[in-house]
Amino acid sequence: MRHVRRAGACGKAALFASLLVFAGFLLPASRAVAMNIQVVKSPGGITAWLVEEHSVPLIGMRFAFEGGSAQDPAGKDGVAHFLAGMLDEGAGDLDGKTFQERMEEIAMRMSFDDARDAFYGSLETLSENRDAAVALLALALSKPRFDADAVERVRGQLLAGLAYAARDPDRVATDQWNALAFSGHPYGRPTQGTQATIQKMTREDLREYWARTFARDNLRVVVVGDIDAATLGGVLDTLFGQLPAKAQLTPIVPVQPAAAEKFKVIEMAVPQSVARFGLPAFPRSDKDFIPAFVVNTVLGGGVMSSRLWEEVREKRGLAYSVHTNIQPYDQTCVFSGGVATKNEEIANSLDLIRAEIKRIAAEGPTEKELRDAKDYLTGSFALRFDSNAKIANQLLWFWQEGLDPGYVDRRNAEIEAVTLTDAKRAAKRLFEGRDLIVTVVGRPKGLAANPQPRG
Amino acid sequence: MLQSGLCRSTLLFSLTFVLAMFTATIDTLKASPAVSTVTEFKLDNGLQVIVVPDHRAPVVTHYVWYRVGSADETAGVSGVAHFLEHLMFKSTDKIASGAFSKIIAKLGGQDNAFTNYDVTGYYQRIAKDRLKTVMEMEADRMVNLRLTEREVATEREVILEERRSRTENNPSAILSEQMSAALYQNHPYRIPIIGWMHEMAKLSREDALSFYKRFYAPNNAIVVVAGDVSVDEVKSLAEAAYGSLKPNTDIKQRVRPQEPPHRAPRRVELKDPRAGNASVRRYYLTPSISTAAPGEAEALYLMMKIAANGSTSRLYQQLVSEEKIASSAGGWYSGSGLDSGSIGIYAVAAVGVDLGKLEAAMDGVLHELREKGVTEGELDRAKKAFIAEFVYESDSQSALARRYAEGALLGQTIEQVNDFPAAIARVTVADIARVAAKHLDIRNSVTGTLIPVPSEPEREAALKPGPGKL
Repeated sequence: MRHVRRAGACGKAALFASLLVFAGFLLPASRAVAMNIQVVKSPGGITAWLVEEHSVPLIGMRFAFEGGSAQDPAGKDGVAHFLAGMLDEGAGDLDGKTFQERMEEIAMRMSFDDARDAFYGSLETLSENRDAAVALLALALSKPRFDADAVERVRGQLLAGLAYAARDPDRVATDQWNALAFSGHPYGRPTQGTQATIQKMTREDLREYWARTFARDNLRVVVVGDIDAATLGGVLDTLFGQLPAKAQLTPIVPVQPAAAEKFKVIEMAVPQSVARFGLPAFPRSDKDFIPAFVVNTVLGGGVMSSRLWEEVREKRGLAYSVHTNIQPYDQTCVFSGGVATKNEEIANSLDLIRAEIKRIAAEGPTEKELRDAKDYLTGSFALRFDSNAKIANQLLWFWQEGLDPGYVDRRNAEIEAVTLTDAKRAAKRLFEGRDLIVTVVGRPKGLAANPQPRG
Repeated sequence: MLQSGLCRSTLLFSLTFVLAMFTATIDTLKASPAVSTVTEFKLDNGLQVIVVPDHRAPVVTHYVWYRVGSADETAGVSGVAHFLEHLMFKSTDKIASGAFSKIIAKLGGQDNAFTNYDVTGYYQRIAKDRLKTVMEMEADRMVNLRLTEREVATEREVILEERRSRTENNPSAILSEQMSAALYQNHPYRIPIIGWMHEMAKLSREDALSFYKRFYAPNNAIVVVAGDVSVDEVKSLAEAAYGSLKPNTDIKQRVRPQEPPHRAPRRVELKDPRAGNASVRRYYLTPSISTAAPGEAEALYLMMKIAANGSTSRLYQQLVSEEKIASSAGGWYSGSGLDSGSIGIYAVAAVGVDLGKLEAAMDGVLHELREKGVTEGELDRAKKAFIAEFVYESDSQSALARRYAEGALLGQTIEQVNDFPAAIARVTVADIARVAAKHLDIRNSVTGTLIPVPSEPEREAALKPGPGKL
């Protein structure tokens, strides 16, 4: 579970302050991720994390309003997703076409997307066009028009997307898994809505969601590039200063993935069956979160070096892709995975996956596997920070996870600290005695509803 | 602290300088080639090496690209280039079967590979002090690959599953495959990169090894290292790792069957229950960067940007915003093929709209483009957007490495690659009028339609009378 830390309002007006500077070298130089993360507070009290990078005259920003599609009201599934398609469709005095032409003229990039727990935005601009780009984004955030013709245009695109997705086995398997595992909870509802909800969505619905969730107290901003803290302070106030102080978020209750019937086949005329599978995992606050993360790397997360890769693909050629991950949400945490195998053999793939899960639950990883996984995770950490865009995404994610800027320096030590005992305990807690919740799309042959794991 | 990327900034700065200059004085711009510290050299055995310094993070991207792709396959063994790419992760004398990626992971790296029509590429992204090791591993598998019958048999199942995932499960991909097969009448670009299912199912160890021996050699490879390295470091590492490999003197200039003049437009129709909404698309055969006359490819990029790329484009404005007959519409110019390029354009029908009407509207936009060309204002905006994309893309180390590797593959010098934004800035409305008239020729095209039909259970249900039906 993510612990949300809200930025407190600062009483010191007109103060541009870099409150904290984190820097450090922890591991041998080539393994360390070393950078200055400044926590900047604007005169208006808006907080951002900043990494200055003046060698290139570009500025990148990524921000998130806590909320996301979990805040879609009942019967309005997909409203956050709809809104993400509307914010560059005109604002203030500018209609959609004029707005987009203006963006092209100043060569800026602006985009929005929705996730379960947050609504994301991003901005990229050349330094020389900074003020014009900021003004345009500020307009989009604070004065969206929701013109009737733009609403209809985006509605048409969303409906076409849904029609396509309804026949896409990957999408169906994922949506059905969520519906099965989070039945009755906002996490179980389709983030992109349904034909029925998108058909009925009104501009008032969009406006209501926007007014309720775009605010200063649920906002996190990360900036990487050619800008200093003082200048950023002014930019933050221009961009977000006009938004309400407080968001009106509906509380989302904590939930565990669970299903009475743990197995569902969705019939579709495709030659290859697509399966999604999953279980409850531990929240980040749990002492076994990091050990479970390492165990997952051994099992299926380290993709081309994992046990599942070895058993399902390398030894038997049953799938092109088999993978697992541990995904924390604000109110739950999920171990999940996917595999796709021809209809005749999908049962075989799922049996192998179950057997490997059972084996790692009973025995845990080996000493060597643990060492290898830790080497991979710590050694590859720096690869997440080799471009401005990646730095911004990664830092925002950590912040949303309730972590502080210093985590970048601590993270590899936390991975290193996982012992074999920790890993075995986490594997046991995660997997022992649990039945996977599984959805399969296709025409699978020989799938038992209550399969007996072999091995 | 992030170290400042001095070399990279020089390159990027000159790009933004081009953009800025262009903004101010489009008509008089005489763009000079971008200055950069990207360096190229060749080892005695013919291996081409390109170094792209980027000192922001202590990591490197190491590419080995072979000048061979699916279009170099012998008739009847389609998919062998891609199959070999998979098999390159098996064993050598030094690397145990399947251990390659595990070793990379243990070193904190990430690796993968890809195949397309003209190139097969392998890469590792890893801490800079591991560059020596990954170069040694790549050099080893360039000449020492070992394959067992069992490995080959198992991996063949994997590529068949890959084809099911990418193509068989996806009607849009099936239509694209059918359209390419119709667009190219003679060139092997008509054959899917992954191969035809019936030929893939018969690919053998011998097929893979003979392809390997024929094409994998230092004089047929391009190594690109982007990241926190100096040219001198890379020179000595590359010499040590790759220098002793023997060139294959049998490797010849690549000559593939070329297209005859196209005389009649082609049509492909795919009816599929999984189609979603009905859609239409069209491909035109065009030159590529490497076959076009100077400036022609750049004009094609800008023409398609104006015509069909994004929501400010003519196609989108006409079909989606004004006539409201399409839910989405777009298009592109693909110029990176060695022997030819293509233009693609598509529209997805709004509910209840006839595909004939949609296609006619699409043709209307193309007709107008051919007859009247584009305006100065449109061209100006398109250039800015295009050059900006080039600049933003330069943030990614992999994208930088890929840019120079692609250039080398197409026979471009580093100066030509760096000059691309300036060459874009030089395009005039007259250039666009010329390429529009020349290349938007329906005889050089294939048109494809994707039409949803009821699935079998739905068809059966529809035949039964009941509430809500008909």
